[in-house]
Amino acid sequence: MKIRIEIVAVDCLMVRLFDTIDEAHMPWLLAASRRLHECFGQGLIDLVPSYTTLMVHYDLRQLQVSKARGLIAQALDNLQPDAGGSGRSHSLPTWYDPCVGPELKLLAHRSGLSINEVIERHSGHEYQVFALGFVPGFAFMGLVEEILASPRLNTPRKRVAAGSVGIAERQTAAYPQASPGGWNLIGRTPVRLFDHALDGYSLLQPGDRVRFEAVSHDEFIRLGGDDTPLEAHP
Amino acid sequence: MSGLLVERSTPLILLQDSGRFGIRQLGVTQGGSTDWISMFWANWLLGNPLEAAVIEITLGGLSLIAQQDACLALAGADLGASLDGQPLQPWRSFLVRRGQRLVFSQPVQGARAYLAAPGGFDATPVMGSKATVCREGLGGLDGSGRALTAGDRLGWSAPPPAPRELEATQIPDLSSAKPLETVLGAQIADFAGQSLFDAFNSPWQVDSRADRMGVRLLGPALHYQGTALISEGIPLGAIQVPPDGQPIILLNDRQTIGGYPRLGALTPRSLARLAQCLPGAELRLSPVVQEVAHGQHLRMLAQWH
Repeated sequence: MKIRIEIVAVDCLMVRLFDTIDEAHMPWLLAASRRLHECFGQGLIDLVPSYTTLMVHYDLRQLQVSKARGLIAQALDNLQPDAGGSGRSHSLPTWYDPCVGPELKLLAHRSGLSINEVIERHSGHEYQVFALGFVPGFAFMGLVEEILASPRLNTPRKRVAAGSVGIAERQTAAYPQASPGGWNLIGRTPVRLFDHALDGYSLLQPGDRVRFEAVSHDEFIRLGGDDTPLEAHP
Repeated sequence: MSGLLVERSTPLILLQDSGRFGIRQLGVTQGGSTDWISMFWANWLLGNPLEAAVIEITLGGLSLIAQQDACLALAGADLGASLDGQPLQPWRSFLVRRGQRLVFSQPVQGARAYLAAPGGFDATPVMGSKATVCREGLGGLDGSGRALTAGDRLGWSAPPPAPRELEATQIPDLSSAKPLETVLGAQIADFAGQSLFDAFNSPWQVDSRADRMGVRLLGPALHYQGTALISEGIPLGAIQVPPDGQPIILLNDRQTIGGYPRLGALTPRSLARLAQCLPGAELRLSPVVQEVAHGQHLRMLAQWH
């Protein structure tokens, strides 16, 4: 790990720890994130973690860039990964069905698997939350088995229903709110993923681990799911 | 009955403050007034906290009826404001009488005006801020992220202020006559030499695709020669260059992470000036060293103390 610190704005430094996306990087990124919070204290305005980087937005009224660089070096000195895995574990009940997951058939066709096998493979793996972005609470998770990897739709849908579960390349995610979206949709979860009235706001946080649990239509409805079908993409 | 009654509004007229912080890791955007300098002055004129909630009026189309006598303040763009038909200039506080109509018609100079009330407009903060972000359904008068609409009532809680006056020499120059200053970013060396020359020597035109998420610029295509990037945090003012080579300057409602290469990021002062540019405006970019931009920013903040 060769740590680089780069100026990206008058009040932001990018801490670059890795060059590739890898689940094994998460414990390091979480440890670094925690240490940066401790070292910066009130001088930190925001810390934006992503797959390989941590963006430090610091308070210009308190810190010169040289001092901010020093705090980063201090925070990352002798860094050890967060042991014993990090973050919380979640299980997201998911109704996998072509009427809410119009790309299930496409993925089955591309992979040569049956629809049931696609569901088994997607739900049979524990994913790591790499980063949140796009909309509040949207967790980029991975890595999806290579055989299920699929590029984004050429033309994004104008509206994807809240709770939609999708795949893009080797990542998977669930849409916290209705929004435009270009991921391959395979199912829907009834779980509320983001609510500003909830403690912590977002159910999923960077570093958390997530399993999708296949549930029946009845169970999906019982859990409060909305089964309004989504039209297949042309 | 008190406060101001909204008689007519548009989707571009929003309650704003300085935005949401400390939650960027959840994918929640910053929001807040895009021309923060004018917001500061509007609040300063009433002796408010500088980051108190104001109305950001983009392009006009707002009509308000006073439900009480009040002292308000206006800063930023000249949107052809009038009070019962009498022209109202920005950069000053003014008295309204109950029943008077305050109208913002259309841009005369600049794009965004800021209206302040004693102590700031009332609303329940959502995640620490009243800033309206329509895309995320956060903030605003009722917390749902919606723009002002006819029938809304704008209230405030502070007593009438002791208004201040702004001298003509203190009015900030928010035109884009001078280049917008850019702190160079991490991928700067991966752009073609000609593209770097073009970026800082060509005129750029503000495209009609300009909103609170970002402003697209039209000009020579810029070529990035580096490897594909993995998504990373996006600072306010980042100038990202998508594959078509036409830069997009990212503003307050931008997404929190993204994977396009960047030239750098505008300074806070230049961001305020960009927020006042109308589509079709011509502007230039110039590089600035971080330490210089930092010093400028601190000197600017000092003027409000």
